[in-house]
Amino acid sequence: MRRELHAEWTKLRTEPGTGPLLLAIVAVTVAVSAAACATVTCAPARCDHDAVRLGLAGVQAGQAAVAILAVLAICGEYGTGMIRTTLTAMPRRGAVLTAKAAVVTGLTLVAGTAAVLGSVLAGRLVLPGRGFTAAPLSLADGPTLRAVAGSVLYLALIALLSLGVGTAVRDSAAAAGVVLGLLYLSSILPYMVGDPDWQRLLWRLSPMNAGLAVQATTHLSSLPLSPWAGLGVLSAWAGAALLCGGLLLRRRDA
Amino acid sequence: MSGWRAPFARPLRAEWTKFRTVRGWVVGMVAATLVTVLLGLLSAAGSRTSCSAGPVEVPCPVPPVGPEGQAVTDKFYFVHKELRGDGAITARVTSMTGRIRLPDATPGVRNVAAGLVPWAKAGVIVKESTRQGSAYAAVMVTGEHGVRMQHDYVHDVAGRPGGVSAGSPRWLRLTRSGDTLTGYESGDGEHWTRVGVARLTGLPATVRVGLFATSPGDVTLTQGSFGGTVGAARFSEATAVFDRVGLRGAASDGAWSRDDIGVTIGPDGTPHHPGRFGESGGTFTVTGVGDIAPTGEGRTIESTLSGLPAGLIVVIVVAVLFITAEHRRGLIRTSLLAEPRRGRALAAKAVVIAAVTSAAGLAATVPSVAIGTRILRANGNQVLPVGTFTEVRVVAGVAALLAAVAVLSLALGALFRRGAAAVTTAVAVIVLPYVIATTSVLPLDAARWLLRVTPAAGFAIQQSIPEYAYVTGPYVPSLGYYPLPPWAGLAVVCAYAALALGLAAFQVRRRDA
Repeated sequence: MRRELHAEWTKLRTEPGTGPLLLAIVAVTVAVSAAACATVTCAPARCDHDAVRLGLAGVQAGQAAVAILAVLAICGEYGTGMIRTTLTAMPRRGAVLTAKAAVVTGLTLVAGTAAVLGSVLAGRLVLPGRGFTAAPLSLADGPTLRAVAGSVLYLALIALLSLGVGTAVRDSAAAAGVVLGLLYLSSILPYMVGDPDWQRLLWRLSPMNAGLAVQATTHLSSLPLSPWAGLGVLSAWAGAALLCGGLLLRRRDA
Repeated sequence: MSGWRAPFARPLRAEWTKFRTVRGWVVGMVAATLVTVLLGLLSAAGSRTSCSAGPVEVPCPVPPVGPEGQAVTDKFYFVHKELRGDGAITARVTSMTGRIRLPDATPGVRNVAAGLVPWAKAGVIVKESTRQGSAYAAVMVTGEHGVRMQHDYVHDVAGRPGGVSAGSPRWLRLTRSGDTLTGYESGDGEHWTRVGVARLTGLPATVRVGLFATSPGDVTLTQGSFGGTVGAARFSEATAVFDRVGLRGAASDGAWSRDDIGVTIGPDGTPHHPGRFGESGGTFTVTGVGDIAPTGEGRTIESTLSGLPAGLIVVIVVAVLFITAEHRRGLIRTSLLAEPRRGRALAAKAVVIAAVTSAAGLAATVPSVAIGTRILRANGNQVLPVGTFTEVRVVAGVAALLAAVAVLSLALGALFRRGAAAVTTAVAVIVLPYVIATTSVLPLDAARWLLRVTPAAGFAIQQSIPEYAYVTGPYVPSLGYYPLPPWAGLAVVCAYAALALGLAAFQVRRRDA
C-alpha cells in the first residue's frame, strides 16, 4: 500500500493543475463567504440570520473546486491514457483507488481547513459591520466549532464522492456534470414538490442539503436532520459512489 | 449551390457534421430535452390543490380575470347607484382608519391592532357592473401612498402624497365622459388638481358609481424551516368616512345599494370578515376587506419548467465537450489546419451549438408548458393566465437562455481546454447562484444581488407574472420573482457569453493548439 500511496502522491503533486485548484478551493470559499456576509444587512431588532452558516456560505461554491480536484485525479489519467501505465505498474486496482482516495482526501482536508478558517475570519471581520452585533464568530463556541469542523469534513466527503463518480464515469467533463448535478439539483428538488412529507424526505436524501446541516447553529429543531446525521447521509453517498467506482474499476477494461 | 459559398459556410458545415456524427453529443442534447420535460411534468403532476367548505371538498374558486387578461382580486365594500351616460361623483374623505391582525404574540390568540396597511384603499369608483373582474376606474386615498388613480387593475397613477384626517380632508372626484374617466383631487373642494385619465374602451352606457373601501391582507414572509420562503397574508380592514357626496348626471334616485363584492362565505354560510356601511345625515362610513388589484395567487406557467436547471447542466456538459473533446483527441489541430482563421472556427462552433441548443430548448419548453399547465389544471390548481406574447416570451426566452448558456460553456471550454474545469466553472457561475438564491437560507439581499450580477440573472426570462409596485406581495426569488426584468436578465447572461467568447477567440489565436 505504501508504494501505491507514494505513486499517487507523486502524480497528484506534479500535476500542474493541483496547485491552482487547491488555491481555488481556498480563494473561492473565502471570497464567496465574504461576499455573502457583505451583502446582508441585519436589522438589530429582529436579526434572525444564522451568522455561522452565513459565514460559511462559501463552502457551497468551494465544493465545486474540490469536485474538479477529485474528478481530475482519476479522469485525468483516463484522458491521457496514463491509467494503463498505472494499472500495469500497480495491478491491485482496489489499492490504487484507496491510495488515490487517501491522497485526495488529505489534500482536501488541508485546503478545506484553510478555506473554512479563512471564511470564519472573513465573517468575523465583516459581519459586525452589517448589523450582527451579537458575539462575533469564535471557535471557542461549541456549535461554531462543530460547524467549522463539520464543513471541513463535508469538503473531504465531497472529494470522495467526486472520486467515486469520476472512477465510474471516466470522462472528466461528464463526471463533473454528474457530481455537480447530483449536488445542486438534489438540493433544489425538495422545493419543487408540494407535499411536505416528500419535501422532508427529499431534503434528507439530498447530499448537499443534508451534509450542510452540519453548518446550522440556530433553529436546529426545525431541521429535518440533526447536524451529524446529515453528514452521515453525505458519507453514505460518498461510500456508495466509491464502492460503485471501485467495482467498475475492477471489472472494466482500462 | 454556388451562391451558398459564403466564406463562413464551410466551417459551419464542418462543425455541424462533427456535432451530428458524435453519438454522445446528440444523445446528450436529447437527454437535456427529455430531462427538462420529464422533471417539469413530474413536478406538475405532484402539485395538487384542493379546497374544502367545512368537511366537504369543493372545486377551488376560480379567480376573476380582469379586462386586460390578468387574474385579479376584486373584493371590496361597494356603496353604489346606477349612472346612465356621462356624469361625475364627488366626495370628501375625512378619516381613514383600520385594523390589522398582527402575528400572534401568544400562539392561537388573535392579535388585532389598530392601523392601516400601506395599500388600504378608499374612494370613489365607476365600475362596469358589480361582477368581479369588470372594468373600473377609481380615485382613492391609500394607507401610506397618498392619493392614487387606478383603473382596470393594472394601471396606477400617483397623486398627492399624505394621509387624511379631519383637519386635512381630501376631496376626490371622478368624471365620466364617454369612454374617458378623469380623476381629480382637492384639499378644499374649490381648487382641483387632475390626477389621471383612464380610457375604458367599451364601457357600457349604464354603469355603477359610488364609494368603496378595501384593505389587502398584511403580507409577512418567513424563512421556511429548512430554507425557502413562506408567504402568509393576515386579515386587515379599512374604514373610511365620506361626506359632501355629490352625483352629477343621470343617476338613479332613492337609496344607495350596497354590496360586499367578493366576500368570502364561510363553511356555515355566513360571510367571513364582512364589510360594513353606515349613513347618518349625509356622512357615509364604509368598511371593507380585500383588494382591487392583480393577484399572484396560483401557479405560474413557468412552474412547469422546474426541470430547467437539470437541462442546463446537461447542456453545459455537451457544449464543453464539443470543444474540449477536440483538444483531447488532437482533432483541433486538423480543424485549425482546415480552417486557419481560428476566430472563425470558434464562431462556427458557437453558431452550431447555439442553434442546436435553441432547437433542443424549444423542444423542451413547448411541451413542458403546454402539457404541464394542463396537468396543473387537471389537479385542481389555478394557473395564472398570461397573454400570448408573455407565453411566447417564456417559451422562446428559456430556449434562448439555454443557447446563451451553451455558448458561454463552449467559450469556457475553449479557455480552459479542460472538460472538468470548464463544466465546473460553468455550473458554478450559472446554476449554483440560482440554487443558492432560490433555496438556501441565504438572506434576501444577498439572493437578489446574486440574481443581478451572475449569469443566473438569465433565469428572470421565465417570470410570467410581473411585480406590481402598488400591490404588496411576496416578491422574493424563491417564490419566482426575480430582481431584474426578464429581458434585462437574459441580456446579462448573453453579455457574459459574448465576453467569454471574445476572450476565447483572443486566446485561441494566441495559443498553440
